[in-house]
Amino acid sequence: MATVGSGILEGKKILVAGVLTEASIAFSAARIAQEQGATVVLSNFGRALSLCQRIAKRLPQEAAVVELDVTDAEHLSTLADRLREHVDGLDGVVHSIGFAPQEAMGDGFPEVAWEHAATAFQVSSWSLASLTHACRPLFGSSASVVGLTFDATVAWPVYGWMGAAKAALESTSRYLARELGPDGVRVNLVAAGPLRTMAMKSIPGSAQFEEAWESRAPLGWSVTDTEPSGRAIAALLSDWFPATTGEIVHVDGGFHAVGV
Amino acid sequence: MSTRDEIQAGLAEILEEVAGVTPADATPEKSFTDDLDVDSLSMVEIATAVEDKFGVAIPDDELGGIKTVGDAISFIEKNQ
Repeated sequence: MATVGSGILEGKKILVAGVLTEASIAFSAARIAQEQGATVVLSNFGRALSLCQRIAKRLPQEAAVVELDVTDAEHLSTLADRLREHVDGLDGVVHSIGFAPQEAMGDGFPEVAWEHAATAFQVSSWSLASLTHACRPLFGSSASVVGLTFDATVAWPVYGWMGAAKAALESTSRYLARELGPDGVRVNLVAAGPLRTMAMKSIPGSAQFEEAWESRAPLGWSVTDTEPSGRAIAALLSDWFPATTGEIVHVDGGFHAVGV
Repeated sequence: MSTRDEIQAGLAEILEEVAGVTPADATPEKSFTDDLDVDSLSMVEIATAVEDKFGVAIPDDELGGIKTVGDAISFIEKNQ
């Protein structure tokens, strides 16, 4: 626990969208943000909301939870007002939101119906823009938005349309960086290696990622340690990357930098 | 330390709250997925609620092996 006044996020107010369990990357980000002095509000939706509310009690300080389904226009349009019940502004947003129907993952990429791919794009890519837009009324002279990707420069086994949606997320992040930069809003992504979160466990055949990382990442890789990703998110939320936007920071043990 | 009956009653409360299972249906032989319609997301919430209520953490690796209400009761009883 940081001592008062010494954290890199001292006094900042941060929304962490998409905390599900203690194994979530977003949980690690929320915990570290609090340890670094931030006030944190969490969001989730539907059946995941009650789980998020239980998990909110496990942070160093219990966090407020707001409901946000990024496919619900009313949730988005009322988000700023609902956040104002807990914070008087926002300095940062963590977008830890992604979903693809089972039909859109695994083998058979060319045969996937548009409705399934569309869901993946809406929830996983477009939502970075819509969430950022919904939060803008709360931003001051500067703000930092951080999302989570899984390196989308290459095609992975079993990831399917979720991978295509991540590529769209990476592009969305650059467009947001371009348009919101003049308003002092930075938009960056963390490309984490595979972590045993609910999101990863829902991908059939994801164990092969673990084996690849363990054998190839120059720094080694732990599939259960979300701390490195949480720290990177906290750093990007902080004032220590003041001239960085539209960037993707790899927190993957160096996997992306090597061949075989 | 809770008795097996107390654990079953506490677990039934959790199942009702999380997954809308009628308490009388939460008997040891019932399968979470096949009989009670509890999916993996609800199982994670049940595990979280079990930890809050009984102070027994169910590691992810163990959660997959808990198929029935009786399995859960035994796990809690053994690890409390």
